[in-house]
Amino acid sequence: MIKISNLNKVYAGGFQALKDINLNIKKGEIFALLGPNGAGKTTLISVICGINNATDGEILINGFNIIKDYRKTRSLIGLVPQELTTDAFETVWDTVNFTRGLFGLSPNHAYIEKILKSLSLWDKKNNKLMTLSGGMKRRVLIAKALSHEPRVLFLDEPTAGVDVELRKDMWSMVRKLQESGVTIILTTHYIEEAEEMADRIGVINNGEIILVENKDLLMQKLGSKNMSIDLRASLENIPMELNKFDLKLVLEGTRLIYTYNSKNEENKISEIFDVLNILKIPFADINTNQSSLEEIFVSLVK
Amino acid sequence: MNVYAVLAIFKFEMSRMKRTIGQSVASPVISTVLYFVVFGSAIGSRITEVDGISYGAFIVPGLVMMSVLNQSIANASFGIYFPRFTGTIYEVLSAPISYIEILLGYVGAATFKALFLATLIIITAHFFVPMDIQHPYIMVLFLILTAITFSLFGFLIGIWADGFEQLQVIPLLIITPLAFLGGSFYSIKMLPPLWQKVSMLNPVVYLISGLRWSFYGKSDVSLEVSLWVIFTFLVVGILIIKYVFKKGYGFKQ
Ligand SMILES: Nc1ncnc2c1ncn2[C@@H]1O[C@H](COP(=O)(O)OP(=O)(O)O)[C@@H](O)[C@H]1O
Ligand SMILES: [Mg+2]
Repeated sequence: MIKISNLNKVYAGGFQALKDINLNIKKGEIFALLGPNGAGKTTLISVICGINNATDGEILINGFNIIKDYRKTRSLIGLVPQELTTDAFETVWDTVNFTRGLFGLSPNHAYIEKILKSLSLWDKKNNKLMTLSGGMKRRVLIAKALSHEPRVLFLDEPTAGVDVELRKDMWSMVRKLQESGVTIILTTHYIEEAEEMADRIGVINNGEIILVENKDLLMQKLGSKNMSIDLRASLENIPMELNKFDLKLVLEGTRLIYTYNSKNEENKISEIFDVLNILKIPFADINTNQSSLEEIFVSLVK
Repeated sequence: MNVYAVLAIFKFEMSRMKRTIGQSVASPVISTVLYFVVFGSAIGSRITEVDGISYGAFIVPGLVMMSVLNQSIANASFGIYFPRFTGTIYEVLSAPISYIEILLGYVGAATFKALFLATLIIITAHFFVPMDIQHPYIMVLFLILTAITFSLFGFLIGIWADGFEQLQVIPLLIITPLAFLGGSFYSIKMLPPLWQKVSMLNPVVYLISGLRWSFYGKSDVSLEVSLWVIFTFLVVGILIIKYVFKKGYGFKQ
């Protein structure tokens, strides 16, 4: 669906934000672009959408060149930007219809109504944008991006500063869009988010794509998690019954640490608790944590 | 041609103008009335006629021209600067729309508003001085060309500006003085010979003169010269815009 070849972007000040990017995004997939702040995610999206110019390289969408055939490629794309940039005095209804017109489609009030309803914006349709909360503005930006029935949807850090409800709504909407054949590219610096949503994950750092991998594979490789179990009484050593699990005993025998990295191994967690119960080993607290993005980068660079 | 996009931008600009309609309409009407009171009555009682035209009638084309210049620039520059300032320009840039279409939308809207206000001023003036416009078609042509040309310049200012002050600098420092010295309130022929020559360097002289010819068949410079001047401005404006667009200045990084 999207084919990026040898893309470079040097900003006017001389800063190279993208370095020789080569990336293919498949039709109908959810692709997560994972990278820390300043990695170049927004820059990459801006170049694909025509907001910024590439320094060199080529981008094809559905086989069309984004510069020569910009009308065709841009019609296919919907963009939800990272920043909450909206007009102030326009109403929700006007601004969403404005976008549809901008993308060259004839008015379709029934369709816009459907979108606004699906994003819980319908009762706000006559509100001025400046009266809306941040979460509502985010919904409006999504509605605008969907107003022209795009085949590719970019979500640039869609969950930054978003409440749980909208997050849930957003993910279910993304799933539905995927079912209808829309290709979705989202950027995030939360590994959990990429893990939760994506089919494939591309990791970007310092303007370079470090790797692109199916999510499950990547998670196996990198996404190791720790679960720590704080015990009420200390143990001398790990009981025999627990030997088949990869456990470590730390903090003078008061904490068990279980390290796992696939969904498969996650199932063993309940087994561990079963065994602990049988052995009557009481525990006070349980914590899980995941290797952070920084740790992943460290391990990637190694 | 993405007609829906042009219409969308045009409509957006119109609704922006509608929000400030009271102010948009009131200010040219009030200032026209004031000009008539101050210049028409006070000065007009001393200068009764210029070029055989009553003084009140004589200043009308200049008033109309000043308003068209200011309104074209103000609206077009603000129209494109504001989305740059807020960041909503991303949408226009990512839409399947050519630069020509962007121009048609923004410049078209600014031109439309400037012409609307020009009409309003002519109607207001009618209540103060008897006027019959001798060459209405030329007048309309002249106003349209001027409004388009200066909306283009306004658009350029809006692309170039980095802050709200800069939007006002050019109208304030260039257009207003040139308009006041451009023969709105006097005939160039009334000036000493040296100042007559200097005045000929002021492009606004040609605009006001041309418009005055369409009203009364009399002018400081010939109609052809005036038309050439406005045409040249238009072409220069289009060429600059084309260059700016090609480079993506002010829009894209
Ligand atoms: N207009 C600009 N001019 C110069 N440098 C920029 C500009 N925009 C972004 N950058 C730089 O490019 C890098 C990538 O930025 P960005 O694409 O926004 O990263 P991300 O979206 O991954 O957080 C950053 O170092 C940022 O400072
Ligand atoms: Mg970003």
